[in-house]
Amino acid sequence: MIRLRSGFGVLALVAAAVAVLFLALPVVAIFADVSPTRLLDALGERSAREALWLSLWTTAAAMALVVAVGTPAAYLLALRRFRGRALVLTAIELPLVMPPAVAGIALLAAFGPRGILGGAVEGAGLQLVFETAGVVVALIFVSAPFFLRAAIAAFASLDPRLLEAARTLGAGPLRSFATVGLPGARPGLASGLALAWARALGEFGATLLFAGSLQGVTQTAPLAIFAEFSRPGGFVAALALSAVLVLVSAVILTAVKLLAGERGLEGAAR
Amino acid sequence: MSVSGLNGEAAGLTLGARTPLRGFELDLQLRVAAGGRLALAGPSGAGKTTALRIAAGLLRPRHGRVALGERIWLDTEAGTEMPAEKRRCGLVFQDYALFPGLSAWRNVAYGVGGGRRARRRRALELLERFGLGSLAEAKPDSLSGGERQRVALARALAAKPRALLLDEPLSALDPGGRRAALRELHRLLGELEIPVLLVTHSYDEAALLADEIAVVDRGRVVQSGSAAEISARPGSPFVADFAGAVVLRGEASSEPGGLSLVRLRGGGELRSVETASGPVAVSVFPWEISLEPPGAAAEDSMLNRLAGEVSSLTPVGNRTRVALATPQPLTVEVTSRSVEALGLRPGARAVAAWKATATRLIPLD
Repeated sequence: MIRLRSGFGVLALVAAAVAVLFLALPVVAIFADVSPTRLLDALGERSAREALWLSLWTTAAAMALVVAVGTPAAYLLALRRFRGRALVLTAIELPLVMPPAVAGIALLAAFGPRGILGGAVEGAGLQLVFETAGVVVALIFVSAPFFLRAAIAAFASLDPRLLEAARTLGAGPLRSFATVGLPGARPGLASGLALAWARALGEFGATLLFAGSLQGVTQTAPLAIFAEFSRPGGFVAALALSAVLVLVSAVILTAVKLLAGERGLEGAAR
Repeated sequence: MSVSGLNGEAAGLTLGARTPLRGFELDLQLRVAAGGRLALAGPSGAGKTTALRIAAGLLRPRHGRVALGERIWLDTEAGTEMPAEKRRCGLVFQDYALFPGLSAWRNVAYGVGGGRRARRRRALELLERFGLGSLAEAKPDSLSGGERQRVALARALAAKPRALLLDEPLSALDPGGRRAALRELHRLLGELEIPVLLVTHSYDEAALLADEIAVVDRGRVVQSGSAAEISARPGSPFVADFAGAVVLRGEASSEPGGLSLVRLRGGGELRSVETASGPVAVSVFPWEISLEPPGAAAEDSMLNRLAGEVSSLTPVGNRTRVALATPQPLTVEVTSRSVEALGLRPGARAVAAWKATATRLIPLD
């Protein structure tokens, strides 16, 4: 315990107050600056509603794919020791430290019309650049590492004897994954999903470079906010849309946290 | 308690393995008959748990062969290996490894095949048999150590295993719970018709629970045999130190004065300061027993005296283990000087004497 009366206690208290104020003030300011009527007006505009809706379903689709592919992948990476494992883990985490603009360029270089897999993408009948599918690809690229990291940590902290016990009781790999691995890692998976979803909802640079900002097609909420902001006199509209996005994000994150149950925070800390 | 439903088909378990371990090599050859109970006893870090993990299929040795009857579980020479989940080899983990999110009955039902209702019925039946019928819905973290141990046993047996492995089954319990669990486990293992391989660092437990003991040190079996044999003729000072208590069986009743009187199976009587009634195991350390020439006047405070013929003398360093052919064989440890003073040799008669305070009772009922 820190004694608040001590010199260090006072210092820590001041530091905590500064941190909380600095982080909370801008969020409060968004809502302080927008009246509820302005909020509703902003939502009434077609472009804003389209952008929000697009953000919601592209992030949901991206998360579905990230969870479906990322969960078994993380399970494998967490439980198997093999040569080059550290390299694989680093490769997975690289997008975390990549500036979003670089991520966009990288995606273009890989899957763009003139990218190394561009021909294959086209051959498969897929159109990514300037298409909604491209938005989903960009979201997955930037958000998946958040989920994978948390999922690998969650699976790695499972008690290995529980998985062994399941095996001695006749459970094959799929059943022990489903009945022991998933329930044990659930809090960690949920907090990873919350982080990844938050990152996806805020995604801007990679989407802009890779998929563009076409209203109704690739213009997600953050891109719409920037579009409004760039329009002369559009600051208030940008502010209103920002407020809505904050609310939507808060609702989604809370829902995911509730999904993890009370132990969500402990799970994330482990 | 009925026997039916606990046993799968009966076949013996054989295990041979050679594999490097931290700083030494594990090199074991074990054989457990159907219905037989073999205890691997030895200090921690000797490789006992590794042997269990190899038998269960959780660890592959560099060289090894594991078979249950005609069924080959592992043969590294032939390159065949049956995965753990196919072996039907029950394993009770040291800290039980119960699934924390599942209730007691779901834990027990985990390895049971069939529909939900059939699985639940089988789980409840086993929990009932283990005296846990009222705790079927309880989660593991709300159970006591002893209850957890019984759930773990029920879970392993519910799957009708072909062999049962127990890793330090009592070490996670407090001393009080350990005594009760030891009694129950003794009774349960007696009912099983499958091979039972158990690991323990306590010689008492090994002597009571198993009919054969293999003393393991640094990856090798240094001596094996019945508890009485090992105790009477330890092959090395290590085994002598490790093979502690002599375990005798009998029937206890209380006596005026607060003592318990134990009538030993096969003849003879003992007294103990510990209270018990009904079938008991009597445990006494060889170094707490002294030897007297036959016919000596009993004027000391030794309440327990058993006469018999010396069947063997085994020097261990500066001490000697003396085996007495009493109705249930007894081992006494004396100094080499006493051996000379008493003129001990095979065939000579002697009286073993020890105090009621050195006589521990383990109720078996």
